[in-house]
Amino acid sequence: MADSPIAVQGTSHQVHNPALLHHFAQPEQQRNAASLGMWWFLATEVMFFGGLFCSYLVYRLLYYPEFAACAKTLDWRLGATNTAVLICSSLTVVLAVWAASMARRTLLVVCLIATIILGFVFLGIKGKEYHDKFVEHHVPGPTFSFEKVPIPGHPGEYANPQRAQIYFALYFIMTGLHAIHMIIGIGIFTYLLIMAWKSRYTPKYYTPIEIGGLYWHFVDIIWIYLFPLLYLIDLHK
Amino acid sequence: MAGHATSLKTYFTIWIALLIFTGLTVFAARIDLGVYNAAVALTIASVKATLVALFFMHIRGTSERLTKLVVVSALFFLFLLLGLSMSDYLTRAWH
Amino acid sequence: MSTVKAQVTERTNYLNADYGVRSWLLTTDHKRIALLYLISITFFFFIGGFYALLIRLELLTPAGDLVQADTYNKLFTMHGMVMVFFFLIPSIPAVLGNFLIPMMIGAKDLAFPRINLLSWYLYIIGGALMCHCMLTGGADTGWTFYVPFSAITNTKFVEAGLAIFVAGFSSILTGLNFVVTVHRMRAPGMTWSRLPLFVWAHYATSIIQLLGTPVIAITILLVAAERTLHLGIFDPKLGGDPLLFQHLFWFYSHPAVYIMILPAMGVISEVIACYARKRIFGYSFVAFSSIAIAVFGFLVWAHHMFVAGISLYSALVFSMLSYAVAVPSAVKVFNWTATLYKGSIHYDAPMLYAFGFIGLFTVGGLTGLFLAALGIDVHVTDTYFVVAHFHYIMVGGAVMGYLGGMHFWWPKISGKLYPEGWAKLAALIVFVGFNLTFFPQFILGYLGMPRRYWDYSHMPEFQVLNVASTAGATILGIGYLLPMVYFLWSLRYGDPAPDNPWNAAGLEWKTASPPPTFNFDSDPVVTWEAYNYDEIDAPHIQEAPVGR
Ligand code: HEM
Ligand SMILES: [Cu+2]
Repeated sequence: MADSPIAVQGTSHQVHNPALLHHFAQPEQQRNAASLGMWWFLATEVMFFGGLFCSYLVYRLLYYPEFAACAKTLDWRLGATNTAVLICSSLTVVLAVWAASMARRTLLVVCLIATIILGFVFLGIKGKEYHDKFVEHHVPGPTFSFEKVPIPGHPGEYANPQRAQIYFALYFIMTGLHAIHMIIGIGIFTYLLIMAWKSRYTPKYYTPIEIGGLYWHFVDIIWIYLFPLLYLIDLHK
Repeated sequence: MAGHATSLKTYFTIWIALLIFTGLTVFAARIDLGVYNAAVALTIASVKATLVALFFMHIRGTSERLTKLVVVSALFFLFLLLGLSMSDYLTRAWH
Repeated sequence: MSTVKAQVTERTNYLNADYGVRSWLLTTDHKRIALLYLISITFFFFIGGFYALLIRLELLTPAGDLVQADTYNKLFTMHGMVMVFFFLIPSIPAVLGNFLIPMMIGAKDLAFPRINLLSWYLYIIGGALMCHCMLTGGADTGWTFYVPFSAITNTKFVEAGLAIFVAGFSSILTGLNFVVTVHRMRAPGMTWSRLPLFVWAHYATSIIQLLGTPVIAITILLVAAERTLHLGIFDPKLGGDPLLFQHLFWFYSHPAVYIMILPAMGVISEVIACYARKRIFGYSFVAFSSIAIAVFGFLVWAHHMFVAGISLYSALVFSMLSYAVAVPSAVKVFNWTATLYKGSIHYDAPMLYAFGFIGLFTVGGLTGLFLAALGIDVHVTDTYFVVAHFHYIMVGGAVMGYLGGMHFWWPKISGKLYPEGWAKLAALIVFVGFNLTFFPQFILGYLGMPRRYWDYSHMPEFQVLNVASTAGATILGIGYLLPMVYFLWSLRYGDPAPDNPWNAAGLEWKTASPPPTFNFDSDPVVTWEAYNYDEIDAPHIQEAPVGR
């Protein structure tokens, strides 16, 4: 943010607000632009994951029995724990935004740290799950093996390994892309933490926290859908 | 910009609700609802997503109509992608 | 607004405000970024054109004698990929849109200048990957890179896919910037009903870029995963469904054709209004038809898959929806024509391009309706009829619009006037060359010549029309080189341009040519309606009797 702020008559922004870029007339305009930009960006993310959800839907329709068999091999307890972890992190994010708007710097910093920790907890659990799949040879590719796995509710029938591989391909791509988004989110929040530590945010200017928060919540929402779609197929059978 | 102590209370309420819904969706998945299992799971997920969007992302109350329009259009186009693809897959005679 | 009539020679503007490579490569000025784009897309236009030349040369004779079959596959693949993703999609938005949108709405810059620069760098990275792909042998999948072939071909598809992936994000960022800019950066008084139609068209385009492009990105990722790990997502041998790829691909790529044509429509609206000296007939219809095109454009994609094995019911639905998308396009054509009615028409070079656009786009659009009819499509799909259809729109329409716009705004961009006589001549050559190239292809396709064949020696009767097409392509090539030459010439020898050489409406004409770095000397306030040509021309009518 190298550009020097220009004086704007009639608005309440302070001199120490270095974030007003030259081409905006007022801080509100800049804030609204940033927030709208983030919302549109999230819309593109919806479509990005949308292509995956579409593929998922197609193959779930075509190969439902295999999808159920594969989902059974995941540990829903870990999935549910991770859902809870992300929900907690969403709470800490929204508290961070609140703290910033209330000029509560300590609370802000604590919430940001908590968010980052929860992000790492999520990734750790995800890593454990990936590790299990790796050991079980459920990772698609040359080593993939899915022999004699029963189809839930159909005694004596076994899943077709090729179709099962499609499930796991989608599983790894969807959760993998989600995890990449988590990593990016942790990066963003680390940046926010540093800036908050340096007291860069005031109740008049905390747009980065707000839009970083939007991103984090969105990644949470994706997981809210991934969890039932990937883990909870025919659990009762 | 969100309000004051009341909003804090809201945040915690929503947080509890989200956790309860997570438990609920696991619970619902473990009982046999026939074809409705998937519907229930997706409904709960959508309720949770809506709660996050409305209260944590502040669509409710503080944001302008334009934000809602962006959200609605993203969902609309997602629906087009899924829906029109399904118009093919669900009406194929040969699979 | 300062309307200093006298031409002060040493006025600082965005071009001479700063010198040196750094001041260009690290610029955040939307006008400079537009010029960076102009240079880059021109480069790719010539590469794409070079491939086209080789294709046409091969088809001069029925025998496959100039190149091998494999080489020919690479030629049309690289031609399509370069032209679509590296020329046409960025062309008008990234050059003219970038340059003009902030000025047209009275802003100092786009909402996110650094993201704007980032999008150019992404384009360049994508372009470099594309060049790498071409230099190491190229891909042979066709620009549509259908699976399962693209998942197994041992040509350089990975590079090409990655290039398109990266360029896609460049396109997304441009769209993001435009949408936010139009919402947030309008000058006081610049209401939505006063926005130039060029801005409306770009707004609609940006929505497509934002909501369509991510889908092609994920599709490319899936193909890449399929290629490296043989997952079976798209491979029928492994239980996958290749049609899923086609659904995802065309979900983006049909709307993408509107990314290419909508901005051109925006240009045409500006040009027609100026040279007919009239407000566009039915302004709000034209504005909303852009939005309608953006939305309907997402409803028709499977018309590219009629014979690919989709369900017949689905095909019927998509056929009918394809007719619907023609309606807003037709609304535009009718409104432009109605604008001309009783206008005082000036046949300047940009207007000639606009006329060319209207005619050629209409032919392209109407043949699109032929193709959208299930029965006819079965006959002509995968023939030269399809090739002619989309070239009438993408070259006859979009490139005409691009050139028309480049002429119209060249004085603003460069501060120099181009030679009018040459420009008219070039417009004529382009029009004639274009029709000679592509009209025969309609007939060829109708008679049954398949597309993407390199050897047609078993049907030598097609040679006459192919020779005509190649001859036309040569003329067309000259028509494209000419503007290149006289634009460059004008930089040095052209007359300095006044601020508003065409007496045009619009904020961009109320600032200097070339504009200063932040576009306006003082912040503009808009108090007039769009295309107020009656007001602009009124004083002259009143002055005339006084002089007599
Ligand atoms: C007026 C509305 C339009 C309709 C109803 C329409 C219809 C069609 C149909 C049905 C096809 C598929 C033909 C086949 O493969 O058998 C097609 C192909 C194509 N159209 Fe259009 N079209 C329209 C406008 C456009 C526009 C505006 C553009 C570009 C700017 C465009 C570009 C293309 C391209 C690139 C292809 C061929 C893709 C390929 O297979 O390589 N069309 N069109
Ligand atoms: Cu199409």
